[in-house]
This record gives sequence, C-alpha cells and structure tokens, in this order.
Amino acid sequence: MDLSYGKDYEAFRAETRAFLKNHADKHPSQNRYDGFTKSSRAWQKTLIAHGYAARTIPKDYGGFGAEPDILKSRIIAEEFVKAGAPMGFQNQGISMLVPTLLELGTEEQKKRYIPPTIKGEMVWCQGYSEPNAGSDLAGLQTRGVEDGDDFVINGQKIWTSTAQIADMMFCLVRTEPDAPKHAGISYILIPMTTPGLDVRPLTTMTGRPEFNEVFFTDVRVPKKNLVGRRGEGWFVANATLKHERGMLGNPNISENRLAGVVRLMEEETEDGARVMENPVFRDRLAALQGRVMAMRYHGMRLLTHSIKGTDPGVAGMIVKLQGCELNHQLAALAIDVMGEMGVLYEDSPHIRADGSWQWSFMYDLGLIIGGGTAQIQKNIIAERGLGLPRGDKEPVPVRAAAR
Amino acid sequence: MEFALSETQYMLQESVKGALSRRASLEALRAMTDTGEGRDALEASLKELALSALIPPEEAGGAGLGLLEAALVQQSLGSHAAPFSFAARSVLTPLAVMEAGTQAQKAEWLPKIAEGEMRGALALSEKSGAREDAKITEKNGRLNGRALFVMEAEDATHILTASQDGRLFLAPKNQKTVKIAGLKTIDGTRSFAECLFENAEAEPLSGENARGRSLALILSAARILESADMLGASETLLHMAVDYAKVRKQFGKLIGSFQAVKHLCAEMVAELEPARALLWFAAHDFGENPDAAPLNGCIVKAHMADVARMVSRKATEVHGGMGFAQESGVHFFFKRIGVSIQCLGGPAYLRGEAARMQGWA
Repeated sequence: MDLSYGKDYEAFRAETRAFLKNHADKHPSQNRYDGFTKSSRAWQKTLIAHGYAARTIPKDYGGFGAEPDILKSRIIAEEFVKAGAPMGFQNQGISMLVPTLLELGTEEQKKRYIPPTIKGEMVWCQGYSEPNAGSDLAGLQTRGVEDGDDFVINGQKIWTSTAQIADMMFCLVRTEPDAPKHAGISYILIPMTTPGLDVRPLTTMTGRPEFNEVFFTDVRVPKKNLVGRRGEGWFVANATLKHERGMLGNPNISENRLAGVVRLMEEETEDGARVMENPVFRDRLAALQGRVMAMRYHGMRLLTHSIKGTDPGVAGMIVKLQGCELNHQLAALAIDVMGEMGVLYEDSPHIRADGSWQWSFMYDLGLIIGGGTAQIQKNIIAERGLGLPRGDKEPVPVRAAAR
Repeated sequence: MEFALSETQYMLQESVKGALSRRASLEALRAMTDTGEGRDALEASLKELALSALIPPEEAGGAGLGLLEAALVQQSLGSHAAPFSFAARSVLTPLAVMEAGTQAQKAEWLPKIAEGEMRGALALSEKSGAREDAKITEKNGRLNGRALFVMEAEDATHILTASQDGRLFLAPKNQKTVKIAGLKTIDGTRSFAECLFENAEAEPLSGENARGRSLALILSAARILESADMLGASETLLHMAVDYAKVRKQFGKLIGSFQAVKHLCAEMVAELEPARALLWFAAHDFGENPDAAPLNGCIVKAHMADVARMVSRKATEVHGGMGFAQESGVHFFFKRIGVSIQCLGGPAYLRGEAARMQGWA
C-alpha cells in the first residue's frame, strides 16, 4: 500500500501548480455550468495548449496528444479544484461524444467534429431520454425512417440540457421497428438548424431553464451522420454512458463542499453565536466528514484498479449512487446552517455565496435522478454486483472482482 | 500509488479465514458460546498462525507487521464472530510496550508477548467516556480505582490501563489487590469484565514517549481494530442476506427478485465498500503518520459504527422472521456489532472528539 504519487508525478503536480499560479488572474471565475463565452473559449485554448484540457485527444484532431495517464489526469483535477480555477470544458460533447467518436466514429466524423468540439466552438446536446423512455431508455420511440440517402426523424426528446445553444445533437433513434428493443436503435448526429426541429425550454425547480424538450417533425438527416452501424446505437451509447457515470461522482467536489460547509459554520451566527459552537451541527458535520473521507479512499481504490486495468467488481458500481447523495447532503447541511438565510434566492438582499448552496441543493436532486435514478442504480448494484435475480430469472453468478 | 492489499496481506487474511471456517462455523460458534466446547480447538488452530507474534519486532521473535495487517486479522475474526482474544493481547499490549516502554521493558516483555506467555487485557474504557465515575489513579506506584468494560481479561496475565493523568501501566492480573468480575453483554462471543484495583502493583510504561501521545495512539489503534471487527461482521451479514435472498421463495418467487429486497442489499454494499477503503486508509496511515492517528481513529470508528448498525438491521430484515430467530445465526453478528459500536466510544462521543481535535469545538 503506497499513497504517494512518486517523484515524477509530484514534479508534474508542481508544474501544474506553477501554471495555475501564473494564470491566476487570466481565467474566468468558476462556471456554474458551461457558458460558451469568449473568455471561457480563450481559457480552453490556453488549457489545450498546455495539456490541461483535451489532454489525450490526438493532435490530428486538435488535442494535446498526450498518452492517457490516469494519475496525471487526477492531479490536474485535484490542483484545479484546489486553486478554484475552472477545468477545461466538461460538457456532454467533450465528455461523451468525443470519446465515442474516437472509439467508433469514421475518420471523416473525427476530423469534422472533434476539433471544433474541444475548442468549445461546436456545442452538443444529448438526445437520449424521452417522455416515455427514462429509466427504461431502450424503450425509446423516436422513429427514423430511411428515405433515399437520408433518415427522416419524427418524435420527441426531453431533458436535453444545452439544446437551446447547441449546434449539434447526438441522438438515439429507432430505425428498425421490428427488431428486438435493444437492437433497433441507431446513433445519429443531427444539426440543430435542421428544419422541423423545435426546441422548447424546460424550467426546473431551480427556476432556470436547465433542460429542454426537443420535437422532431420530418427532420431529414443524411445517413453518413450515423455513428457505428445501423441498429447498433445501443452499443454505441453504452460506450458513452460509462463516461457519464464516472463523471457524476467526482470526490473532489465533495471535499471542496465539505471545506465550504466548515467555513460557513465558522462564519454564520445564530443568536450571536457561531454555528460551529452548536454541538448538533458539529455532529452532522463530523458525520459527513467521515462519509467524504470514505468516498475519497474508495476513489483511490478504484483509481488503483484503473491503473492496473483490473475489475473492481461491485465496488465500481456504487460511485454515482453514493457520490450524488453525499453532495446533496452536504448542500442540505449548508442550508440548515444558514437557516432562513438559506432560503433566500437569486438577487435577494442578505444572500450568501450568490445562492449557490440553494441552487446545488435543488440541482443535486436532478443529478440523483438523472443519468440513471438512484433506484435504477440500486437495481444494477443488486443484480450485476450481488447477483440477485432479474425478474423471474434464476440468479446469475457474479463476476469475481479483482482484489 | 497503489491503494490495495498486497499479496502477502491478502494471504494473511485468507489463512485466518481458513482456520476460522474449519473451527468457527455457525454450528461451532453455537457450541462455543453455549458450553465452551470447541474453544480449545479454535485456540489450537489459531495458535499455529502465531498471531501473538504479528506485531512484536523481529529481534523479539515477532513478525514486525503493522496495524493494517492486524486490522485484516481482526476483520477475519469479526467475519466469523470468533470468540478469540486478539486485539488487546496481540496488538494493543505490544504496541503500548513498543511505543511507551523503556528499553528494558521492551527487551523483557516483547519476546514473552510474541510467545503468547504474556497476555494483556485492555482497561481503557474510562478514556472514552467514563461511566459511573469509574477511574484509575496512581499513587506511589500503586493503582487504585475501578475500570469497566475491560476487554479480554479472561485468560490474561496483565492488564493494560492508564491513570487519570494519561500514563500507561501494565498491572499483573494475579494479585490479591486486583479483583475481576465478569460482565455479561448482549454478545456472547467476546469477554468483558470490570476490574477493581486496590493499591495494586503496576509497572508504568515510562519510556521516552510516555505521556498523552502514547495513550492517544493506543486508543486510536483500538478503535481501528473495533472498526475492522465491525467491517468483518457486516460483510458476513451482507453475504448471509444475499445468499438467503437467492434461495427463499414467497409468492412463488425468489425474494431477491423483489426490488424492496434488492434495494436493501444494494444499500448495504454501497455503504460497506467505501467504509472498507476508509478502514484500509486509517490502519495503513497509523504507522506512516502517527500525528493524524487519533483523529483518524475517531472518524473511522464513528463512520463504521453507523454503517455496521445499518447493515446489521437491514440484513436481519432481509431474513424476515428467521433473522430474528437464533436459528439463522444472524444474531451473533448483530449483537457483536452492537457491542463494538459502543466500545471505546460510541459514534456521538467520537464525533465530539473529532470536532475537538480539529479545533471546531
């Protein structure tokens, strides 16, 4: 057991810190969600040039072209979070579409889409969920019918974040209606300016239009926009979903939030006493500290598996469930610490930290539900991780985890 | 960077589990806790593994291993609810001597500890929230007072305790001035006693690191070991629940196909896996970074106590009525966890300590 990163990696960390120190006043403030402003694009360009964004994307497609190195990526994430500097863009185009194209796209698709995407010049949205296909995603009904060199698409998508600013959508469409449910889906890239495509904002409980509904009426898309083969879209999409689930449980976020709650408890007063002096709050804080630490070292254990290329088994399936819940609980504690001040919102007088805790508290619930609800996660853990039976089928043996 | 058990650590844990699965099956456990039958066989079987020599250094005839290895052994003992004295006798006593003893004390005692001739019980409950005004005081080299919840006093030769001012002492058990009475807890797999010291002889551990730091380290190690025991017991409960859900039928279906049951099992494993990582860290870091050990000991035990209580409850519920009946064996682990949660500081006490150590309070 060795928790040190070693000399070479510590040198890389020092290099990263030096970069962040030199650029402390040259980056936009932390983005709550990716706005594609001029200053954020300029920051992205600097990050790519220095290998802090699009690090492993080949140079041919506009990336930095480094060999994948999990520890270096982790060091970058750790140091950026510590410095309060925004990381490279982490929208769905970069985190989900680009890896998919690299794995399964044609050369033409890679050349055409990857360079503008990583620069933030081409914005993507994800067209997966439908009103009747949420947790049961493979039940999606948006239809694509072959017509000459095109598919003609009709149907509806929902929970499409950034659709209002997106240039392109990567979309799951049922192209083989007679095939079994998982085998009839294709993965298609759709320009958002295509006639017949209508985007309507969906306002969430946070009060912001954080998602959209997208309606398709005879939307015509050329067949060359297919990624992978026809009918294999489920396989293509799963190649990207694993990237999303990994992203949703970043332990650095929890550690930062914990530090934020500690500061808040030192600063906020109730009846003239610091909240930190209240033992009930201290107990809640210390309990969450234990959970944050457990997730931190759990992450280290999974990191070790990634480096060795071994299967962590059920331990690898719980991060989304536990991580999202933990972040939500941290926000809940922060709100309780603020009391009535914790329900002020937007431009109200007396508001703390721009209302970011209030926003997180609500938005986190969206994250607990999105990307596979907590209940679906528990089914996956029980069935694939513990080998409990699916439906009426007999239990299946669980693959043994590597140590 | 490698946060995983080594091959040797894994083999150590497997060898203990191997011995236990032969000698401490559920049936054997029933006999051992009812009549004591089979305890000698278990002792003999584990003696072959020379667990008493795990911690003492090589020059004392030991293996010189660390707290992580000790925690892995304790986890295995917990996973079988084994009625076997290990933590106080084979880990905390040698650690106390190594940490706080003089050269002469180390030279004299560590080989005896490694051999299993000298066996310490742990009387530090008063340093984790004293009850009924129990306390030990020292005057002119003699100990007076009462210690409650003394661990592993049965079959011990010495008692490791601390005076009010935080100095560690080893008192021989067999003297007229030490009176011991057994305490009966809900759990029949571990022994607890109360000790009355009436001007008892005791040797102070008076090496260089003698004062508060040594006591804090021993308490931390003890809490990490309790956490390891809870982890082992919780893992067994999870496995029992999952196995039961795969064979028990109701409404013509395996109960494990019902989401209500699946979710109970998923919740257990989702809490247990990160808790395991936290335990590995606390036990590993104990030897690397002793300054952080007292805080880590509080955090890991408070967290593990929460997790183990949740697991012991949900695993029982998955078993339905059978979980409540002794026939299933669930009760051994439920009750062993119940004791560990309170032992050497319950979660609320430990979180209070953690807050204090971080300057929050």
